[in-house]
Amino acid sequence: MSTYAQKKGFGATLWDFLTTVDHKKIAILYLIAGGFFFLIGGIEAVFIRIQLAVPNNDFVSAGAFNEIITMHGTTMIFLAAMPLVFAFMNAVMPLQIGARDVAFPYVNALGFWLFFFGGIFLNLSWFLGGAPDAGWTSYASLAIHSKGHGVDFYVLGLQISGLGTLIGGINFLVTIINMRAPGMTYMRMPLFTWTTFVTSALILFAFPPLTVGLVLMMFDRLFGANFFEVAQGGNTVIWEHLFWIFGHPEVYILILPAFGIFSEIFAMFSRKRLFGYSSMVFATVLIGFLGFMVWAHHMFTTGLGPVANAIFAVATMAIGVPTGIKIFNWLFTMWGGSVKFTTPMHYAFAFIPTFVMGGVTGIMLASAAADYQYHDTYFVVAHFHYVIVGGVVLALLAGTHLYWPKMFGTMLNETMGKITFWTFFIGFHMTFFIQHFLGLWGMPRRVFTYLPGQGFETSNMISSIGAAFMSVGVIVLLINIIVTSVKNVRVGNDPWGDGRTLEWSIPSPPPFYNFKQLPLVRGLDAYWIEKMEGKKEMTPAEPLGDIHMPNSSFLPFTTSLGLFIAAFGAMYHVDDKGWALPVLFIGLLVTFGSMLLRSVKDDHGFHIHKEELMNEDDNKGVKA
Amino acid sequence: MANQQLNSGNPRVDLEYRRRKSAEEMRYQVISFALMIFLTLVAFAAVAAKGFTAWFTIPFIVLLAAVQVVFQLFYFMHMSHKGHEAPTLFLFSGLFVGLVMIWAFSTIIWW
Repeated sequence: MSTYAQKKGFGATLWDFLTTVDHKKIAILYLIAGGFFFLIGGIEAVFIRIQLAVPNNDFVSAGAFNEIITMHGTTMIFLAAMPLVFAFMNAVMPLQIGARDVAFPYVNALGFWLFFFGGIFLNLSWFLGGAPDAGWTSYASLAIHSKGHGVDFYVLGLQISGLGTLIGGINFLVTIINMRAPGMTYMRMPLFTWTTFVTSALILFAFPPLTVGLVLMMFDRLFGANFFEVAQGGNTVIWEHLFWIFGHPEVYILILPAFGIFSEIFAMFSRKRLFGYSSMVFATVLIGFLGFMVWAHHMFTTGLGPVANAIFAVATMAIGVPTGIKIFNWLFTMWGGSVKFTTPMHYAFAFIPTFVMGGVTGIMLASAAADYQYHDTYFVVAHFHYVIVGGVVLALLAGTHLYWPKMFGTMLNETMGKITFWTFFIGFHMTFFIQHFLGLWGMPRRVFTYLPGQGFETSNMISSIGAAFMSVGVIVLLINIIVTSVKNVRVGNDPWGDGRTLEWSIPSPPPFYNFKQLPLVRGLDAYWIEKMEGKKEMTPAEPLGDIHMPNSSFLPFTTSLGLFIAAFGAMYHVDDKGWALPVLFIGLLVTFGSMLLRSVKDDHGFHIHKEELMNEDDNKGVKA
Repeated sequence: MANQQLNSGNPRVDLEYRRRKSAEEMRYQVISFALMIFLTLVAFAAVAAKGFTAWFTIPFIVLLAAVQVVFQLFYFMHMSHKGHEAPTLFLFSGLFVGLVMIWAFSTIIWW
């Protein structure tokens, strides 16, 4: 199997990606699909800002506005931020622990295709009679009475993509527990691997409540059940609880990997060991733990009673403690370090004040009594954009620049990277800082327009101009990617020159088996230790031997495609369409048929033989 | 799993060690099995006996059930063995998340 170096046609490359089970290629698929949905969500955001730029605007109608805000939130959280986080986890985590792939490569591919088809299904709603319009939280009292199929698209699409996320998370857990290289103890794992681990545990426990909520909603909307229908004895508040028991851990699922990426960047470009490594690990685990005990702070005004509000308020404020530990550790990592201001470091540096601002408004919102004032105003919108854009999106952009050479073997242009950073960063603060004040002045969120003479005009205009700046930043990034790919200047193992962890000790992009010999890990920042002792590469922990690799498979694609088809059948069955039931059964047949085929077919993978690995050394003249 | 983690190449040592391990394992299985039968009998007796109110009986048999689950997990499903730390951690974390949910639902929604 030394065919991987040959030039391939477009069809062969496409087939390769459709059938791949390689974590590095799946990472690229996640990056492309997540990036695509990020652009769609971004266009929706621009539409929102155009509509709100001037009072009494009629750029979009009120109904379309509801659909746009719903799809903006849903797309950005489920279809852009999550898969982009998964892209970096897939690309980097197995390399950081010195593994040749994730524990279940086939399941990894299945997770991607489930997410992809769920996302496509959700977005097809735009062309098939209207998108969901009950907000990204889809509160039952709105969602059950929403006309058309919008909310059905939401329920079924998220169910399918959520399945993919859940199995992806389990896969990462098993990988980190079982597949660490010799010497890679838990307390020697790089922080990005640690955050991947805690994030995957959160996915494992947070997604089942969402699944339950979506199943109940599906029964209410499609099969006439009454779980959330108050007039029939149901309880609409249960949806809110189920959604936020998932939804609050979800925001930590997004932010923890962001913390991980920034921890790597701070250590790398301060040329210093991460300050307080063990307290960082402790803080990560503690944030994960507390993340499950604060969900009701989204529901302070629902009427839970003063005791419940007080408990959840205190628990929420407690999260400020581990987060504060992290902030100070990052500052102390830079303190006395030899800081190099690369593009990723720009993002990391800007992240600290931005995220602290989001944290401070978080503490304000956590005070249950004060929250009655802030609830459902633009103050909340400003807060969560400060933590999600100022935390997660900055980390994803930083990670794109940082790991681009490792994923594609070529460096993004630094000057253009800094232009992206400055336009995006200025645009971001311009868009969202003023929204704090809009909220405090009384502008409610989720309204499609406002009247002139209420004092909202100037601030909304400023906010919309900021959105334009952010768009320019993203466009420069796209140009950067195209220019870089066309120039295609190849780079070596450690293009930044300051790599500390195992992924920088192997070629960029790594060979498909990652490590010819598994490396021996002698401490935290394994590669840095070897470099400091004057070595060029890791000490191998095993003799050169045959490497067992999994075969590619098209079945993950068909398994997911079946559910995609079945979802249409389930949805249109409500309209008494004759073709709905057959479509449902055909879809399920494709899914279960693929699963059956997978079960009965013996697939033992293949071996790369020792001789081939040795030949490669001779051909290249240097050891990989 | 646990009784295969030996560092001796001598097959005789292996055999004797395994035999002793298995005997020990068997003893624990029998003891916990007997205890579980006993606990089940106690549960039946608590329900059958006159004089206990439902407010005592129900929490009492739920407690006995919890003890049995622990026996089941640790002795019959080998959670006491080495190498099961991660599953144990995740099992109890999941249990914790579930119980917090039930606790919250029973205090602020259903009653």
